[in-house]
Amino acid sequence: MRYEAPATVSAAVSLLAKEKGQAFVMAGGTDLLVKMKSGLVEPDLIVDIKRIKPLHEVKKTASGITIGAALCNAALGENALLRKFWPGVVEGATLIGSKQVQGRCTMAGNLCNASPAGDAVPALVAAGAKAVIQGPKGKRKLAIRDVPAGPGRTNLKKGEIITSIELPKREARSADAYLRFIPRTEMDIAVVSAAVNLTLDAKGVVRKAAVALGAVAPTVLDVPAAARALVGTKLDDAALEKMAAAARAACRPIDDKRGTAAFRTQVAGVLAQRAARTAYARAGGK
Amino acid sequence: MAGIHVTTTINGDAVEFVCQPDETLLDVLRNRLGLTGAKEGCGTGDCGACSVMVDDRLTCSCLVLGAEAEGRAIETVEGLAQGTELHPLQRLFIEHAALQCGICTPGVLIAAKALLEKNPDPSEEEIRFGLAGNLCRCTGYDKIVRAVQAAAREMRGA
Amino acid sequence: MATLKENNLANPTEASPPTTSEAGPHEPLLVKRDFKTVGTRPLRPDGVDKVTGRARYGADHNLPGQLVGLVLRSPHAHARIKGIDTAKAAKLAGVKAVITAADLPDHTGGDESLFDILDNCMARDVARYDGHAVAAVAAVDAATARAALKLIKVNYEVLPHVTDVDEAVKPGAPLINKKNFTRGVEPAPAKPSNIAKRSTFGHGDVAAGFRHADVIIERTYRTEQTHQGYIEPHACVASVSPDGTGELWVCTQGHFAYRQWCAAILGMDVAKLRVTSSEIGGGFGGKTHIWMEPLALALSRKANRPVKMVMSRDEVFRASGPTSATSIDVKLGVTKDGTITAASSTLRYSNGPYFGMWAELGAMTAFACYDLKNVETIGLEVLVNRPKVAAYRAPSAPEAAFAIESAVDEAAKAIGMDPVDFRIRNAAREGSRASYGPVYGPIGIGPTLEAARNHPHMKAPLGPHQGRGMACGFWFNFGGQTCSDLNIGVDGTVTLSVGTIDVGGSRASLALCVAEELGIPYDQVRCTVADTGTLGHNDMTDGSRGTFSSSMALIFAARNAIKVLTARAAQMWEIPLGEVVWKDGHAHATGEGQGNLAPLSLKEIAAAAPTTGGPIAGHAEITADGAGVSFATHICDVEVDPETGRTRVVRYTVIQDAGKAVHPAYVEGQYQGGAAQGIGWALNEEYVYGKDGRLQNPTFLDYRIPVCSDLPMIDTQILEIPNPNHPYGVRGVGETSIVPPLAAIANAVSNAAGVRMTHIPMSPPRVLKAMMSADKLGT
Repeated sequence: MRYEAPATVSAAVSLLAKEKGQAFVMAGGTDLLVKMKSGLVEPDLIVDIKRIKPLHEVKKTASGITIGAALCNAALGENALLRKFWPGVVEGATLIGSKQVQGRCTMAGNLCNASPAGDAVPALVAAGAKAVIQGPKGKRKLAIRDVPAGPGRTNLKKGEIITSIELPKREARSADAYLRFIPRTEMDIAVVSAAVNLTLDAKGVVRKAAVALGAVAPTVLDVPAAARALVGTKLDDAALEKMAAAARAACRPIDDKRGTAAFRTQVAGVLAQRAARTAYARAGGK
Repeated sequence: MAGIHVTTTINGDAVEFVCQPDETLLDVLRNRLGLTGAKEGCGTGDCGACSVMVDDRLTCSCLVLGAEAEGRAIETVEGLAQGTELHPLQRLFIEHAALQCGICTPGVLIAAKALLEKNPDPSEEEIRFGLAGNLCRCTGYDKIVRAVQAAAREMRGA
Repeated sequence: MATLKENNLANPTEASPPTTSEAGPHEPLLVKRDFKTVGTRPLRPDGVDKVTGRARYGADHNLPGQLVGLVLRSPHAHARIKGIDTAKAAKLAGVKAVITAADLPDHTGGDESLFDILDNCMARDVARYDGHAVAAVAAVDAATARAALKLIKVNYEVLPHVTDVDEAVKPGAPLINKKNFTRGVEPAPAKPSNIAKRSTFGHGDVAAGFRHADVIIERTYRTEQTHQGYIEPHACVASVSPDGTGELWVCTQGHFAYRQWCAAILGMDVAKLRVTSSEIGGGFGGKTHIWMEPLALALSRKANRPVKMVMSRDEVFRASGPTSATSIDVKLGVTKDGTITAASSTLRYSNGPYFGMWAELGAMTAFACYDLKNVETIGLEVLVNRPKVAAYRAPSAPEAAFAIESAVDEAAKAIGMDPVDFRIRNAAREGSRASYGPVYGPIGIGPTLEAARNHPHMKAPLGPHQGRGMACGFWFNFGGQTCSDLNIGVDGTVTLSVGTIDVGGSRASLALCVAEELGIPYDQVRCTVADTGTLGHNDMTDGSRGTFSSSMALIFAARNAIKVLTARAAQMWEIPLGEVVWKDGHAHATGEGQGNLAPLSLKEIAAAAPTTGGPIAGHAEITADGAGVSFATHICDVEVDPETGRTRVVRYTVIQDAGKAVHPAYVEGQYQGGAAQGIGWALNEEYVYGKDGRLQNPTFLDYRIPVCSDLPMIDTQILEIPNPNHPYGVRGVGETSIVPPLAAIANAVSNAAGVRMTHIPMSPPRVLKAMMSADKLGT
């Protein structure tokens, strides 16, 4: 195995493109090293992108905010701009693992690990965020929901790296929230999760909504039917019930060591309701 | 596999070592540098016994490659005491009976120090979440939390 | 060769005093005294080493030229091993030894228990669980050893398997061991089965008792398999010389027992194997059994190099130490005024593939808290294709207590009585005959219940979705063989050598007892754990015996040393020995006209030792019988999320009898630690097996032990009802605290959720399902 820590994105892309064996991008490495330890993967090349300085930046741009792919989530959680505009995205990123893992793990890494239960992903999907990708053939953008192809697989091509995550520009009276269910209070993988992103009008009526669910399907689910149940309402009980029912109807979970399909489906609705209430309050709804 | 030459700083000392590309920082510390204070409880970042600071970020050294240490500053439990003077956390852990078997203690101390540096006056809940990445199977955490509370008070001069 | 039973934890007989050459059986052992040092809270001697990273645990030791040893493990739950081809692995550059069962010939001489240990350490003809060792290699580094494991080809014939305790006893279940015929059944069965032993306990006429009951509670409970979850994986360094001698550095709860088993398995003389115990990073019973240590020794013998072996966490979970999974039927008969007229229980405990005494211990402990006229318990040891069950802190008692204390709560509710009052009414007391046989001496169940009734926790208001529960627990405690040395240094300081390893601060506690007995300050006494070459045999630190038994031996050793000290003083003063007494750390002359002889301090006598007869020492070897039984009552409040079934423990109180708390802070630590482990067991910890018979969650990620933010502070109350069989009244304190939590939390969750929980762990999916089913039933 070779370890490389290039200083530029183009050098990283070229290393990855040229490698004939198994090549892996390492951002935080908190999934990759665990897979190596268990023998699940045996890389021929690891390209560490943490030495690429621009990939640690959070930038406000004309179209929104971009988050560098190598920024560890502990640092992401300390960013005032993100906390103000995307509290749900920050919740998702900062719920991953322990404080120790937070010091290493990244949002882009969580996305590329492509676990259906990845905590960073549902809020990004609900936010309508995009992955900025650089590869041998240049740059492209891909909607977050289209990055995972299935458990452990992505739609990135050989040599491609996610360089940043792009969050759209925030409208007034908007907020998001992310909740996951875990049996303990920390350290667990989400058994089921929900992110809700809302924009209200001046009267507190939901104008736009997005609902995303984690760990209830092979990839994170964007559930427009659940979102529609909220639009035009002030989150009254009937709307929340309708939203929860739509969320549950969209679930296609499995039974596994972390929970049953029935439990995941039931609790998906509960979490979506709770996340919706939080997002609504954050957006100024009363 | 060819070894990688790494120059780094550990507990303030300049250190050089050669490691394999797939070797973790934990293995380097323990097997190449004789710093066995960091423990391997799981090797997968789930127990925190191998906690160290890398450039002022709390991390599990089992989730860091040795090669990544190049040019970084690493801090381990061996660097906590200043000469013969124990760090207040170390002293108060002994005084408060906050350790039984002691295998988790080095990692807990590093995590507690990182917590208090960011938050000198944490609530009980903040301490509990700050240490949630460090498994302890002996104490039930009660005396650990109390020792950290006492250290926070002392370090604040309260 | 003498056999050493692996599971000699329980000591059901309560009576006989310790045997020692010095303290005759006629003297009362317990003498009332005003303690000076015992009961204080000084700093532990290993503290600085443990906070600075200097303490050396199992994996922290290295020898020059050492190799890395790794184990190849079965991926099958049950498979015949038709052949193992190690040729390619042995030829790999850097590989120095490869071993299979063929390298471990059977030296067990018909000792079934020892043979099972051997078979578990390395599968012989059949791999009996996912993770069972089938081969091992020693190589110059870990990468080479890993590569070598991949080159070993094992030809398996996969056999049908069964991993579930209830499935295993059904007709037609796959047989785990065709040579297993149920013991304890008359006449002996003609057909093999998966039940290894049936044990029965009890007295009175149960059928008659149930006829007199107004209310009968009958339920079946289940608990899932858990792991001790010590943070330090098993680790050792073995070095065997061509001259037949060997050394083993190892994290263990009992280096003498490890020596005996390893020597027996390898065909070595016990005297030729020296075992040194490292600092131990948690054991809780899991390090009272040998696992890969004989493999390290066999590899070292074959390679003629030291071999270090450290288990991965995955190996720890798959191949060491889980508890039993259980399925327990309980029947209780009570009168309307609150008397239990009859109690019976059938307890099925999984053993893994080898016969143990787990159901037997469960059956013995089940009703031990109560004074029952009519009681019967039946324990069934059930073989399954899971790892060999090992002791876990009061082994088998928590599962039984969960079932019994849940039923007791239901019975109280059924007759409209307060659960604490109901228990007080039926509690065992001095003179009660225990359900497992003996008659109790002075015991603490009544006092812990009274303390619970009066505790502010019992009266505190509960919030929404909260429920309160309480439960009692019992553990035998154990004494056993103990051998200790006390040496007085030239400067008058004292070195203690003990053979019971220190799991939670016993070195401090033992030094306190000796300081008390000698009348000197704590900081002049230093306690170390000696290796097997230095002391006579010591039983393991299990059965909460470390402080109990070694303090007893050391108090006797100190008394022996005092005899020498007073003799030396008499010699220095040139007065008769009978005119010298030892008091407050000094020899005092008591004869007529000796008032002008200033007392001689220990230091002064020690300084004169070279000219008065040489070194001064005390020694004692005892079988510390009479470990006082231990009782506890726990109270807890939980909050159950009605929409997700998630339980949060909001308040927890432990009340337990310590006999005499030698170092109260460390006693509290034992109470808190056991409670926390019990909370984990009650709520989230469980082994999850797939249909393929493989363990699905062998990681700390998915085997969920409590993290710091999961728990509240754990309040403790230490009661002291002296154990008459110890000079200071000490009882073991280490284990009982894990016995009540499963039941206490189950009772609290049942109260909060409004539905009786009968399956541990009460994970959120189980609780939510129970609540939703109860809603549908309109209850």
